[in-house]
Amino acid sequence: MSMNNQGRPSAIPAASAGFDGVTGTVTGNRGLQIEEPLIFEQDSAGRTGVDLPEVPKVASRLGAVKPRAGVGLPGLAEPQVVRHYTRLSQKNYAIDSGFYPLGSCTMKHNPRLNEKMARLPGFSDVHPLQPVSTVQGALELMDQLAYWLKTLTGMAAVTLAPAAGAHGEMCGIMAIRAAHEARGDKARTKILVPESAHGTNPATAAACGYAVDAIPATADGRVDLEALKAKLGPDVAGLMLTNPNTCGLFERDIIAIAEAVHAAGAYFYCDGANFNAIVGRVRPADLGIDVMHINLHKTFSTPHGGGGPGSGPVVFADSLAPYIPVPYVTHGTDGFALVENAGDGPAFGRMKAFHGQMGMFVRALSYMLSHGADGLWQASSDAVLNANYVMARLQDVMTASFEGPCMHECLFDDRFLKGTGVTTLDMAKALIDEGFHPMTMYFPLVVHGALLIEPTETESKASLDQFVDALRALAERAKSGDAAYFQAAPRLTPRRRLDETAAARKPVLRWTPPVAKEAVAAE
Amino acid sequence: MRYLPLTEADRQSMLEAIRAETVDVLFRDVPEAARLAGPIGGLPNHMGELEVERLLGAMAAKNLPAGAVPSFLGAGAYRHHVPATVDHLVQRGEFLTAYTPYQPEVSQGTLQVLFEFQTQVALLTGMDVANASMYDGATSCAEAVMMANRITRRKKAILSGGLHPHYRDVTTTDARFIGFEAVAMPPAPTGGEDLLALVDDKTACVVVQNPDVFGHVRDHSDLAAACQAKGALLVVVVTEALSLGLLTPPGDMGADIVAAEGQSFGNALNFGGPYVGLFAVKDKYVRQMPGRLCGETVDADGRRGFVLTLSTREQHIRREKATSNICTNSGLCALAFSIHVSLLGEAGITRLAQLNHAKAVQMADRLAAVPGVELLNDGFFNEFTVKLPKPAAAVVEDLAKRRILGGVPVSRLYPGEMEDLLLVAVTETNTEADMDAFAAALTEILGAEVPA
Ligand SMILES: Cc1ncc(COP(=O)(O)O)c(C=O)c1O
Repeated sequence: MSMNNQGRPSAIPAASAGFDGVTGTVTGNRGLQIEEPLIFEQDSAGRTGVDLPEVPKVASRLGAVKPRAGVGLPGLAEPQVVRHYTRLSQKNYAIDSGFYPLGSCTMKHNPRLNEKMARLPGFSDVHPLQPVSTVQGALELMDQLAYWLKTLTGMAAVTLAPAAGAHGEMCGIMAIRAAHEARGDKARTKILVPESAHGTNPATAAACGYAVDAIPATADGRVDLEALKAKLGPDVAGLMLTNPNTCGLFERDIIAIAEAVHAAGAYFYCDGANFNAIVGRVRPADLGIDVMHINLHKTFSTPHGGGGPGSGPVVFADSLAPYIPVPYVTHGTDGFALVENAGDGPAFGRMKAFHGQMGMFVRALSYMLSHGADGLWQASSDAVLNANYVMARLQDVMTASFEGPCMHECLFDDRFLKGTGVTTLDMAKALIDEGFHPMTMYFPLVVHGALLIEPTETESKASLDQFVDALRALAERAKSGDAAYFQAAPRLTPRRRLDETAAARKPVLRWTPPVAKEAVAAE
Repeated sequence: MRYLPLTEADRQSMLEAIRAETVDVLFRDVPEAARLAGPIGGLPNHMGELEVERLLGAMAAKNLPAGAVPSFLGAGAYRHHVPATVDHLVQRGEFLTAYTPYQPEVSQGTLQVLFEFQTQVALLTGMDVANASMYDGATSCAEAVMMANRITRRKKAILSGGLHPHYRDVTTTDARFIGFEAVAMPPAPTGGEDLLALVDDKTACVVVQNPDVFGHVRDHSDLAAACQAKGALLVVVVTEALSLGLLTPPGDMGADIVAAEGQSFGNALNFGGPYVGLFAVKDKYVRQMPGRLCGETVDADGRRGFVLTLSTREQHIRREKATSNICTNSGLCALAFSIHVSLLGEAGITRLAQLNHAKAVQMADRLAAVPGVELLNDGFFNEFTVKLPKPAAAVVEDLAKRRILGGVPVSRLYPGEMEDLLLVAVTETNTEADMDAFAAALTEILGAEVPA
């Protein structure tokens, strides 16, 4: 595949070019919206933002490897770097700046206390391979977090190793496979996954060598128990089910589902991405679940950071508890100990270079301690109340896909837009101009043009009302036949709609030096 | 509760709007037996900031921060000085509290950062393209092997004995469950290992680490050629990304995939995570890559902008046919990496890498001068292996009692093996005084044991 060499208009038009046709200004800036070139376009050779001491004069000892001629990085001074990233940050929407009802993602407030705690040198400046005697507090923190997670889920064991939800899924499915194999059962080749599942579920099952068999949903948005039973058999290793499910509904038949799965000799994996709806009110162990991952970056408020890092601890019922990966913390005779090698035990292997996302553990425990049992009860109550309130207030102008009550998120589809020429995407873009982050669009796949709204408990009633009022007005406007307004949205953002087709057709995935660009173009 | 804005009056009026009597009614789909009657038992009630700070502060105080003492630990995690600017910028709420950039019009900040990050990683590794990050170096390594399996349609990976054993274990764990063969070579602490002869026409890839886990640096050009001749791919793992500032990059040696740990730039030790996996490939393999990719495009007004692209490889579109199940990655750690690399720039990165190497040379000489200690490396970057006349784990414990974190005993990584070997890493954070203290303490500890 070749790089795009045609060149794009640089972010900053030269002043000599006169007033910019789009912004009407000479600079291309619009007040507080300041254009920012790539860091590579601000290079001055030899400049640096870090002062370092002289390099001691010693003969280098690189063996047979030659020192490289250069890397090709740009040189900037510190003030330029600060301004670069500050300006870039100002082109982002964030939970700190406004309502971010991205369904399935639990965009709740990220307390700064948690950031402060994670940066205590006793946690942040500790090497993973220090002698265990020098990291007793770090192991204690992991042990405490494990205790909270086990108590909140009612489960027997937990691994903190996985780095995110999908990684936790992988860990859980590996444990299931290890348990079947330990019994000599190699006939189980399938994992059942509802059609409404998040893409990571089928991808995980497939990555662990299983065939994926989809189970259909009923008209009320839940797993079709009869269809599930019909598919269960000696070839099924397990069921992966999200609960509350991705339509924002609690699986009413969950106990019957668990019984059917167990009767078939299979295990019940629960995708715990939506744990926020029930945390502190319902223990997954009481629902018959064998194994479940928890996204600390959703339920327990560790920040999403523009895409990560996350943390995906996995809890296990007794049935699967022996099959957890290394490392894990144990209570030794001399304080806490760390089991780092599987040895001959049933532990199935290793998921990650070291002990897991410690920085996220500190933040999550800080969140848990801040809430306590009473605060978590209130948090899940408010999360569910907020979602039901939004649903109730939108129900007459938009089309809810299923009957409520919903849990922590409410699902609409695009039937209310039928015949208007306005799509779910257009509606989302119009919301951006109103100052909101859109809801999750086109997921789950079981309804047409999905709009999945998750307000979370950290939103005030005033903020929900403003959002609902805006959305109601937009729905009315769409129905009044003003499709052009929606299709041109957003108008007020640093960039208007971006051409994703062009991006994929001729991918430009990095900056290339102008010289190289010219050379290639001349070929 | 300070994080919850709803008042009792709000709750009441909202319940009225919903026409529900109580919140409990909203949980009616939960089987009755599973509904708790009130806050869960066995956990404390909510606490103020001050109380939480006291509790967590007490736990933190039980650890010995590496920066408080002379510290020489490496083996895949390195203590470098992170400029104050980095942590200030990553804590800007617009970066910290944004989700994955699914709505590009309100995410140009994150997207441009990713585009620049991908470029920096490509430049550092000497490769054509890089993705928007993986969980860590070890999972990058395992994903590289699976990618090589897809490209070659073969199922055998040869893992060098110089590969970090945790990276090896993550890869062999995947191999066991996914069903491919991972042939792990025995560790080679003195550096000799002949992988060339092992490459055959069933080999999907060979995985080498440079510098390897024992610190040896090597030119893998011949191996790259041998792989190419057999239709196999060369995967080069790098656990100390700073080495890329000084050494011939893997791309120039002919690597097909580079899987690296980027923690050294911008990221604290954090007791092992979160870190940032780097993943870079040759152009022709882009569509087989795992993870997110950011690409350049134009907006409706023709202005340059950025979007996530080629997502038909990914789980949310491809589901069970995706190249990987990864979704959330290491975004903020990638930002920290990128800011640190931007601050260093060409001049800074070269100098920092030279500084690390020079200090490591000085330390190696000092340790080699301690009676009974033998240096095993000819060529190394900022980490090397020494042989001690006594089990290294005991020596390290003894050093810790003297408040020196004197490296990683090799037996910590290979239980029951190579008990006399010690891995020592040296960075710009180590002072002359640190090095003197380490050498002196080691001399003292070994003193009694050394045969005359
Ligand atoms: C229902 C569901 N399952 C799994 C995942 C994957 O989690 P992660 O992104 O942490 O890997 C998500 C995340 O978006 C999700 O919403």
